[in-house]
Amino acid sequence: MAKQRTFYGAERFIGFLTPLALLGLWEAAARTGLIDARFFPAPSSIVHTFGALVASGELWTNLTASLRRLLLGMLVGGVPALFLGLAMGISRPLRAAIDPLIAATYPIPKSAILPLVLLIFGLGETSKVVMVALGAFYPILINTVMGVANIDKIYLDVGHNFRASRWQVFRTIALPGALPSIMAGVKLAMGMGLILIAISEMVAASDGIGYMIWNAWQVLTVDTMYVGLLVIALLGFLFSTIIDEVERLLIPWKART
Amino acid sequence: MAVVSMLSPKPNAVQDQAPVQISLRGVRKYFGSSGFVAVDGIDIDIPQGQFFVIVGPSGCGKTTLLRMLAGLEGISEGTMTISRSDPSRPENSMVFQGDSLFPWMTVYDNAAYGLRMRGVAEKDVADSVKLWLERIGLWRFRDRYPNQLSGGMRQRVSIVRAFANDPEILLMDEPFSALDEQNKMLLHEELLRIWEATKKTVVFITHSVDEAVTLGDRIMIMTANPGREKAIIDVPFTRPRNVLELRHDPAYGDLVFHIWEQLRDEVQRARLNSEGGK
Repeated sequence: MAKQRTFYGAERFIGFLTPLALLGLWEAAARTGLIDARFFPAPSSIVHTFGALVASGELWTNLTASLRRLLLGMLVGGVPALFLGLAMGISRPLRAAIDPLIAATYPIPKSAILPLVLLIFGLGETSKVVMVALGAFYPILINTVMGVANIDKIYLDVGHNFRASRWQVFRTIALPGALPSIMAGVKLAMGMGLILIAISEMVAASDGIGYMIWNAWQVLTVDTMYVGLLVIALLGFLFSTIIDEVERLLIPWKART
Repeated sequence: MAVVSMLSPKPNAVQDQAPVQISLRGVRKYFGSSGFVAVDGIDIDIPQGQFFVIVGPSGCGKTTLLRMLAGLEGISEGTMTISRSDPSRPENSMVFQGDSLFPWMTVYDNAAYGLRMRGVAEKDVADSVKLWLERIGLWRFRDRYPNQLSGGMRQRVSIVRAFANDPEILLMDEPFSALDEQNKMLLHEELLRIWEATKKTVVFITHSVDEAVTLGDRIMIMTANPGREKAIIDVPFTRPRNVLELRHDPAYGDLVFHIWEQLRDEVQRARLNSEGGK
């Protein structure tokens, strides 16, 4: 056990070492002119720009704008997807009625719908929220339906035998039984949301991380572009950590014995 | 109806007087368009408080029969009458074959399930769950999840879940078939101990002759495919029973032998059927 733990510690250490070594190499290459610093600015200069963007408040403004759209979109898309998914999981007729619609619309790349969304919802906040919502809707819906439909039939027999009402079956069996699958859907939805918020802010926004990256391209402040990418990467990491924690709280029975 | 009485059974006086709780008349079950007959004309009366065991080869329709009693399957033909002595209590609760505990609920919440579904006040739920979990020796594991328990413990919890619901009839579908011999023996003892304290009507399904003789008051042997009644046998042993000492009794071996003799043909027939079907 103790041996295993030290090995685990060593693994983590190596995990930190690789990116650090790469960064060091990058820094050296940029400073010696081995790579073109106009396209690959040295990490130190990116950090410097990061500090400047934080100090000016620019980063904060863009970050909060993106976060607001992202979270709002997750709710607007995720909550209906959750309820529709649970209903479809329980009711076979409903599933039969809606499945073809989902199967037909799911493969359309969400980014391809952006012009239509802009046309319908205009250039304001709504269109960005709708884009994230569209991205969140499908993975949560599909995972929820699957989660409910795959619940072992014996649990439903137990519910039936103990005279659980439809609502009780829903609350005590369908929902908790599908929860692991639902959480997997939320994770996918969050990744999709990050992609879509970046794309839609590039096309149609005057703030947000996506806007910041696109604007940096237009005025050729390459450092800022890298800061934007870094922020998105950090957001992705942060969200998946938060979702993992929430999962541990919501699904304690999956904990190791 | 072939009632085989051997070893001059001493019918339990209480049972003779007890009113009939479950009455089946010409009960048949066939499935869908295939017309496959699972259960073919069962006529039985099970008195209140009797431990009734159904034994038969795999695929003889015994589980289907139990699921009909539980209301999980409809009846194709015939009548099923269940007399209730107390309509405020649930009619039946089932102990399922294999893992049926909700993995997302603790031992406590699993045991409380039936009572909560009936809307019993949480205080009364707590009293009853504590009583039953203590009786079966699992109270200190109440906060565990099923994946933290052994197979034997899990089956004890599902027995508690059914008993705590306080039904008039307990239906048990091969509840111990997945357990090893030693665990099985312990659970037989525990089941008999808690059942003798309540004397509920039990319908118990098994493919194990030993289990049938150890637990039952009366045993119905079923034929293979379609499932019919082959014989009904009274078990002469008195209560309370000692699961281990019972095996010492020469009558035990005779009874097991006698049932096996009747069952052997059916098992062979079931095997031929399933091989012929392929």
